Amino acid sequence: MSETILSVRNVSKHFGGVQALNKVSFDIHPGEVVALAGDNGAGKSTVIKAISGVFRYDEGDIELDGRRIAFSSPQEARENGIETIYQDLALADNLSIGANIFLGREPMTRLFGFLPVIDRKMMAEAARVTMEKLDFHVSRLDAPVSAFSGGQRQAVAIGRAMYWNARLVIMDEPTAALGVPEQRKVISLIQSLKAQGKGIIFISHNLRDIFEVADRIVVFRRGENAGERIPGETTGDEIVRLMVGK
Amino acid sequence: MTAPETVVPTGKSGIYMPRRSLLMRIADMRAWLFLVVLIAFFEVWSRSAYGVSFILNTYNLQSISVFATAPLLLALGQTFVIISAGIDLSLGFVMGLASVIAAHVANYAALQLGLPPLAAMLVGMLTGIAMTIIPGLVNGWLIAHLKVPPFIGTLGMYGVARGAAYLFAGGMTISVSNSWYSTIGNGRVLGIPVLVILVAIACLIMHYLLSQTRFGQHTYAMGASQAAARRAGINVKKLTMKIYLLSGIMAGVAGVLYTGRFSAGAAQAGEPLLLDSIAAVVIGGASLFGGSGTILGTVAGALVIAVIQYGLVFINVEPFWQFIAVGTVIIISVLVDQTQRRFTGGRQVE
Repeated sequence: MSETILSVRNVSKHFGGVQALNKVSFDIHPGEVVALAGDNGAGKSTVIKAISGVFRYDEGDIELDGRRIAFSSPQEARENGIETIYQDLALADNLSIGANIFLGREPMTRLFGFLPVIDRKMMAEAARVTMEKLDFHVSRLDAPVSAFSGGQRQAVAIGRAMYWNARLVIMDEPTAALGVPEQRKVISLIQSLKAQGKGIIFISHNLRDIFEVADRIVVFRRGENAGERIPGETTGDEIVRLMVGK
Repeated sequence: MTAPETVVPTGKSGIYMPRRSLLMRIADMRAWLFLVVLIAFFEVWSRSAYGVSFILNTYNLQSISVFATAPLLLALGQTFVIISAGIDLSLGFVMGLASVIAAHVANYAALQLGLPPLAAMLVGMLTGIAMTIIPGLVNGWLIAHLKVPPFIGTLGMYGVARGAAYLFAGGMTISVSNSWYSTIGNGRVLGIPVLVILVAIACLIMHYLLSQTRFGQHTYAMGASQAAARRAGINVKKLTMKIYLLSGIMAGVAGVLYTGRFSAGAAQAGEPLLLDSIAAVVIGGASLFGGSGTILGTVAGALVIAVIQYGLVFINVEPFWQFIAVGTVIIISVLVDQTQRRFTGGRQVE
């Protein structure tokens, strides 16, 4: 784990007079899942938004593969290999898996040699291959993603990150809206991303999920680092104590 | 820490198969089904009451198709707007405005500038269509940048375009005497009205735009979830502007063709057509919540309305029945749509 995918160094951000982040630091290595834990308002969302280009940070450095980054849009972050997966709102439910994977970056081909058209065949094939890697076999690739369950939709979002060869995948409460068996499915999807050597930031309120999937737990409290633990060497109680500061 | 070996069992080999029943497929095609049922109804009535065929009649076919052209042109643009989860209420008077301007400019070009009829007509048409860029862009700007709800923004533009159209027209209809222009509006090629040919070409172009280009694909995505579209890097504001611009331009095309058909520009040209355009899109299978709809469906929807309107006149029923018939078809169509959503477990209004 000498190589570092993402390095967050002393990053601060304030909104008006509110100090949302105060010199926050952590690292992510290839094939590593880092869970961000913290109470509401602890700065988890703020730090991932700073990484993924939703807004700029005020001080400190964020480095991706050794290069300092400060993206001005999520689009720019995506182009540089940072994909964010949200608990909802990430997919267009009326479109197919392929169309969602390629949304905003649709491949084009030419009909009759001159008329530019969206290459649906290529999108469907890429969708099939990608989803098979996630052990998710789809028979009808033209079905809208609304036909699939919540966990399967998360798989589509994860498949999108995989297809575009993301270096770093940020997952914001990926299991929050799901039933228990579906949560298991997402956890196993995270394992397969990990196996591919991606760096993963995992945000969850569910300590059980965190302990199951994380290699390291970074705890935030009031916009500051409150501690960093290895799941095997700590307990849920200790994490909660760090979160609330007692 | 070990990875969970098995995942959710989703069938024998993890194959998940969203199946569509025959009923669902039929529900998808409901506009064409309506059309067939209506034609059958008028055919039976016409044969039993008058002993003539309703549909195997060239004159009827020409009339129905010409009848459908203007509401269809409005409905083509409206299809994009509705799929994007918007609505354009200004279309009727934007059409009237284009009609009046085309008439004025064609007359001016012929009488004052001495242009030959063909050139005068083209200048008139192009000016009329070009004018609709303004209301289209203003609509898009209000909705995309100032966050005005589409219903309100375009309702405002409805008023503005209405006033502007009547002012330009001086409260009158502007008659145009131009041989080329009336040929466009009333001529035929191999028995097919020129208007119908032009509108068919417009349908093909719109079908291509909606189903085969990124613009169309992003329109669907935005209609399903604006946040998803934005997060995928789609410039939602620019897309919204383009959609309302397209809608305005299609209304402009409808307006300048109206001027040809009636050899006159009229501010109220599109007044009764606005609701027909929305009805055509909805009957055609689009959801007013956005995210679904097709050009093919809209074409069927416009034909359904035209067949009802023309058919009731043909079988000599009080013409007021048409409102009841069209209204009923709209309600049935929306009910089918809702039932379908419930069954597919798809995007309800969440």
